[in-house]
Amino acid sequence: MSVTVRDQPGVLVRIAALFARRGYNIESLSVAQTHEPGMSRTTFVVTGEDATIEQMQKQLQKLIDVLKVIDHSEGPYVDRELMLIKVAVRGPEERVEMRQIAQDFRARIVDVAREALTFEVTGDEAKTDAFIEQMRAFGVLDLIRTGRVALPRTAPRAGANGTGAADDRSNSRPRAA
Amino acid sequence: MNGAAAVLKALERQGVTTVFGHPGGAIMPIYDALYDSPIRHVLVRHEQAGAHAADAFYRASGRVGVCFATSGPGATNLVTGLATAYMDSSAVVAVTGNVPLSLIGTDAFQEADVTGVTLPVTKHNYLVKDVRDLPRVIAEAFHIARTGRPGPVLIDIPKDIQQAPFDGSFEVEVDLPGYRPTVVGNARQIRRAADAIQAAKRPVLMVGGGAQSAPEEVAAFARATGMPVITTLMGIGAFPAGEPQSLGMPGMHGTVTSNRAISHCDLIVGAGLRFDDRVTGKLSRFAPTATIVHIDIDPAEISKLVRAHVPVVGDLRDVLPRLTELLGSLDLADWWAQLDGWKAAYPERYKTDKPLVSQEVIALLARETGGDCIVTTEVGQHQMFAARLFPTNRARSWISSGGLGTMGFGLPAAVGAAFARPGETVVCVAGDGSIQMNVQELATIYKHQLPIVIAITNNGMLGMVRQWQEMFHAQRYSEVYLADSNPDFAKLAEAYGIEGHNVFDRETAARLVPEALARKKPVLLNFVVYESEKVFPMVPAGAGVDEMIIGDQEPDGDVAAPAVEVRS
Repeated sequence: MSVTVRDQPGVLVRIAALFARRGYNIESLSVAQTHEPGMSRTTFVVTGEDATIEQMQKQLQKLIDVLKVIDHSEGPYVDRELMLIKVAVRGPEERVEMRQIAQDFRARIVDVAREALTFEVTGDEAKTDAFIEQMRAFGVLDLIRTGRVALPRTAPRAGANGTGAADDRSNSRPRAA
Repeated sequence: MNGAAAVLKALERQGVTTVFGHPGGAIMPIYDALYDSPIRHVLVRHEQAGAHAADAFYRASGRVGVCFATSGPGATNLVTGLATAYMDSSAVVAVTGNVPLSLIGTDAFQEADVTGVTLPVTKHNYLVKDVRDLPRVIAEAFHIARTGRPGPVLIDIPKDIQQAPFDGSFEVEVDLPGYRPTVVGNARQIRRAADAIQAAKRPVLMVGGGAQSAPEEVAAFARATGMPVITTLMGIGAFPAGEPQSLGMPGMHGTVTSNRAISHCDLIVGAGLRFDDRVTGKLSRFAPTATIVHIDIDPAEISKLVRAHVPVVGDLRDVLPRLTELLGSLDLADWWAQLDGWKAAYPERYKTDKPLVSQEVIALLARETGGDCIVTTEVGQHQMFAARLFPTNRARSWISSGGLGTMGFGLPAAVGAAFARPGETVVCVAGDGSIQMNVQELATIYKHQLPIVIAITNNGMLGMVRQWQEMFHAQRYSEVYLADSNPDFAKLAEAYGIEGHNVFDRETAARLVPEALARKKPVLLNFVVYESEKVFPMVPAGAGVDEMIIGDQEPDGDVAAPAVEVRS
């Protein structure tokens, strides 16, 4: 779900307090400014019954500083997550193997040290999960994920080719956006 | 001009004439500016009372109630009042002082995170950080408070902002792109609602607090359709209780007829209500055979608890007349035969075989006023008795804490109502427990010689808790006994300069009630009543509305005195 808000002090607190108060479970949450001055966008992932999600949308809409609420699961959307992951390196063979895996995942190495490599992985949640699994054998030292961000896909024009999805599974998992 | 003067100027521009409040360090610049302002300030003796008075001022008049408090404890004392107003959708603007901006966040003397504390109990709140924002913030606050689903808004103003020079303009546009309440109902939905109603054989109209601003529209709809009308605790007076079409209150302590109607109807038009748990009882047993048409201005209330088959989002003042226009008359003769049967079988009744009982005192007040007064209540048994026996015939005249159930509401609410509608008699129905929660307001009532009759039905107990302990906790009466340490309420009133009487028998009651009402000044009547009276009928918590306990089931209730029947 994405929520566009006016950049007012305390707006994030209002959203968080609403979730806590009404007992909504949030799996991830990310916030940043948009291209329009004075506006921010919050994306969060939430699971729940249809009625709960509907109620949540309505409650969010009631907040004065909330401009727009989008439930991405209602249509096609693209979502991404960014992860930084630091993995232990014990020898040159491991280093080569890790680089190979990174290439397969289109992950970038953003920090190189004698005992560790740090990768930047972008993709949907399944991809970041899979990358973590691959790296577990080497020893994950630290990691951070941004949580998912999402945008609805642009509706295809009549006669246009496909839905515009290039490299990605169009996501239609229930209630995840 | 400084910020403080700008605040008062902006309030004046909003049409504010009366403010309830209590001064303190961080709001002194505003109180200084008040000295030169035409706005009347009513000094309450506790900030909570100020918030309740402002709340009741709105409920009685439809004009936004305003209260002032200082920082820290002053502001936190408002919290119960704001929460009460929030739950009952009452338009209140609270202005609090705070420590200077440079001290905010340093745990300064009398500092509290007031916007943080009040966030979940206000419709919106503001911390003003620039003196130039004051006119805009105040205009927005009033707009938010009174439009859409009304609610309280708090404005927290640091002391240095109040003292800062102000030379800005008061001509401000309210521009809130995220706040656009839906006032006009969707035509297609109204059409669907009309079709559903037209097809119904056993419909009921159920109105709540939202209907207090649309009594004419409710009456016109009821007249045109001939539908029975149920008024929730918050909707009392929105349709006259004395009308034959009225079935009274639904829910936990509702009338048998209302609850039977809910269980047997095939359609409910819920207008300006939120299907609170005290109304619905167990949800799966609520109106199982009914199509639900739900009209409310707050889309979040629709299908929150009771699934609406036909939702209509909008203001009742818009939706109801348009709906009425689409409806032909309904043939409800069979339905009314059934309803009238229930009404006849289950009239309001209580036994007077004991010393004075609460119900007869409240019925006496109803009889002597004809229901043409403002009634405020505290919370407890007396509140339920009053809802049943002393409903008002006019909208905005029944003022009671419904959603939050705030003991200590009724007395300060009487103050607010008396200022909102000067000249009208206000009756505050109270219990001996709850009256003590804001009893200091006797001082405010004395000072302004407000025409308030305070009727305490004093059973020496926290009666509602006692009732539950008797019925559901094996008569283990835990911490409900007050009689051994209650004050002499008549003397207490006298100590405040208010006429007070302790009343022990029905003859004295019958004499003193009309006298007190005729005084047009404050009178406290302390009726010492039977201690073990219970409120019936009752739907036990968690049961369905079809599972009412109808009669008096107290263990010692085998006395054979005839029950008194009351015309409502």
